[in-house]
Amino acid sequence: MRLSPDEMIFWQYGLFKLNGTIVFTWALMVVLAVGSKLITRKLSTGLERSRWQSLLEIVVTGIEKQIEDVGLRHPERYIGFLGTLFLFVALASLCTIIPGYEPPTGSLSTTAALALCVLVAVPFFGIKEQGLGGYLKSYVEPTVIMLPFNIISELSRTLALAVRLFGNMMSGTMILAILLTITPFIFPIAMSVLGLLTGMVQAYIFSILAAVYIASATRVRKPTPEPDVKR
Amino acid sequence: MDSITLIAIASIVTAGLTIALGSIGPALGEGRAVATALSSLAQQPDSATTITRTLFVGLAMIESIAIYCFVVSMILIFANPFWNHIIAQAAGK
Repeated sequence: MRLSPDEMIFWQYGLFKLNGTIVFTWALMVVLAVGSKLITRKLSTGLERSRWQSLLEIVVTGIEKQIEDVGLRHPERYIGFLGTLFLFVALASLCTIIPGYEPPTGSLSTTAALALCVLVAVPFFGIKEQGLGGYLKSYVEPTVIMLPFNIISELSRTLALAVRLFGNMMSGTMILAILLTITPFIFPIAMSVLGLLTGMVQAYIFSILAAVYIASATRVRKPTPEPDVKR
Repeated sequence: MDSITLIAIASIVTAGLTIALGSIGPALGEGRAVATALSSLAQQPDSATTITRTLFVGLAMIESIAIYCFVVSMILIFANPFWNHIIAQAAGK
């Protein structure tokens, strides 16, 4: 009973193990990076647009609108980070259709790494928005007594992000594996469709939660007048 | 009853109880959340996107509790440190 793609070893050299998690993560990275590079080689702003460019435009404007709805006022600053999170997790769970593929997010290492990225990104964007003093002051926001609780809530949010994604992905693949040994054909297909649905929902949840945490860190304490951005 | 049997019994029973009791609370909570979301959708269909998004975020947070219980139960069954330790001891003897 394989608990995670960590245990699929493809190649080993002393201490350095090339396991399933690393290989599938690299494959996803190659698909995303090379695919986007190929599509954006000749961008057109006229009326004639290629199919792939339209697809990318749908994805990018959709994510931008979601980021704006959460409350971040300049989505172009955050879409690099948040869009990457969403696309990586979504593609990781979408590719479970391919036989022989195990989602790398089914390993606690990958989800912990993603959650640590969010943990670093929240103070980064907070300090960029409000300066070091302003951001640190938000930790003692209601009173100084709340300081340990704010720090604990930061750490537990990160842990919750990692475990939530890991638990959902791992349970999907494990239920599929168990069912394949019991019932042959129809039930595992239904469960894999359910696994796809939960994978996409979890990708959305992960990036929306990251956006909400960043929004709460960059929330302006004193309102500064800013002209409405006309689209 | 020697310690190997005791560890096995405790792990299995606890794993079953963890996931059984741990999924009651989140299920009830999610049911209430969806019910309230549906009634507010019926009252204000225009803000459907906001309500749906907030519903999904809330459901994910509630679901995490069940996921934590599931992870503990999986650890007890598949990656149990006490079981590994006692088996290593028994194999070494």
